[in-house]
Amino acid sequence: MSAPVQVTGDVAGGHGHGPSGGGRDGHSGHGHGGDGHGHSAGNTHFTLRGYATGFFAAVFLTAIPFWFVMGKTFGSSTTTAAVILAFAAVQIVVHMIYFLHMSPKSEGGWNLLALLFTVMLVVIALSGSLWVMYHLNHNMMPDSMMNMHNMS
Amino acid sequence: MTREHHPENGTLFGFWLYLMSDCLVFACLFATYAVLGRSYAGGPTGSELFDLPLVAVNTSLLLLSSITYGFAMLEMQRGRLRGTLVWLGITGLLGAGFIGIELTEFAHLIHEGAGPQRSAFLSSFFTLVGTHGLHVTFGIVWLITLMVQSARHGLIPENRRRLMCLSMFWHFLDVVWIGVFTFVYLMGVLP
Repeated sequence: MSAPVQVTGDVAGGHGHGPSGGGRDGHSGHGHGGDGHGHSAGNTHFTLRGYATGFFAAVFLTAIPFWFVMGKTFGSSTTTAAVILAFAAVQIVVHMIYFLHMSPKSEGGWNLLALLFTVMLVVIALSGSLWVMYHLNHNMMPDSMMNMHNMS
Repeated sequence: MTREHHPENGTLFGFWLYLMSDCLVFACLFATYAVLGRSYAGGPTGSELFDLPLVAVNTSLLLLSSITYGFAMLEMQRGRLRGTLVWLGITGLLGAGFIGIELTEFAHLIHEGAGPQRSAFLSSFFTLVGTHGLHVTFGIVWLITLMVQSARHGLIPENRRRLMCLSMFWHFLDVVWIGVFTFVYLMGVLP
């Protein structure tokens, strides 16, 4: 039985697959030639504790926003929206770490780099769309059209 | 002994890149919903249509299916075929329950005259939630395929790699669902 902690491989960094990596493969590969096993599971060794931590954190982070909205805890919609969006952001990070096994070391850092690039594109697409469309709606309002005529 | 660029890791990284591009598809649909989500065209609003207890049940099903898939991976790691198949089966059933509830909800909305053609809000709602549902549906098809494959050929390295890819896909869909229930359902019923 290996230690009940989230163990990530040691591919990243200078030392490559040293004795520690080989030892772990031999440890957990039940009846399999440790070799194929270690590779097909990527660099990550899954643990019950990792999944359980992620699950209970996720349940907590899901239940609270539902409770806030259904129980109308906050008077203002803006406050509620900000709070539940914050909960969602935290829950996404929890899922990324405990379920998708993201770590700065997975695939030698390329996973994280791809993710950060995607997050950047998503932020640009979302905030850009909202910004442009808000101003479009605003400027197409009948009274602001009149103002524009007066100005010219 | 440098084995850092093993082709199997290549598959997993490639699949990760696919997920990231899928993320962009969902980002576009979320952006569309963000822009059009309050354009009711005189039709029903989110707070009139959404049934939060039902959404809570659906969310629980998907979250439970995430942990049961995790249990399948733990069994796979120990080389136990039977346990892996049992947990995969439970995951598939939870996924099917999710899709079942979602289809019931859609049928109910369309029956009430709140179909996708009613307003821009409902068009973007059905597109976003429907695309997620389609992903889950194809995930279930893939899951059944891998259950058959594993039962036939055992937990060979190829099947382990495929199960790893499906694991990422399944957990990714749960991540997208966090965005859906927060942004669409919970924020949709706010006054």
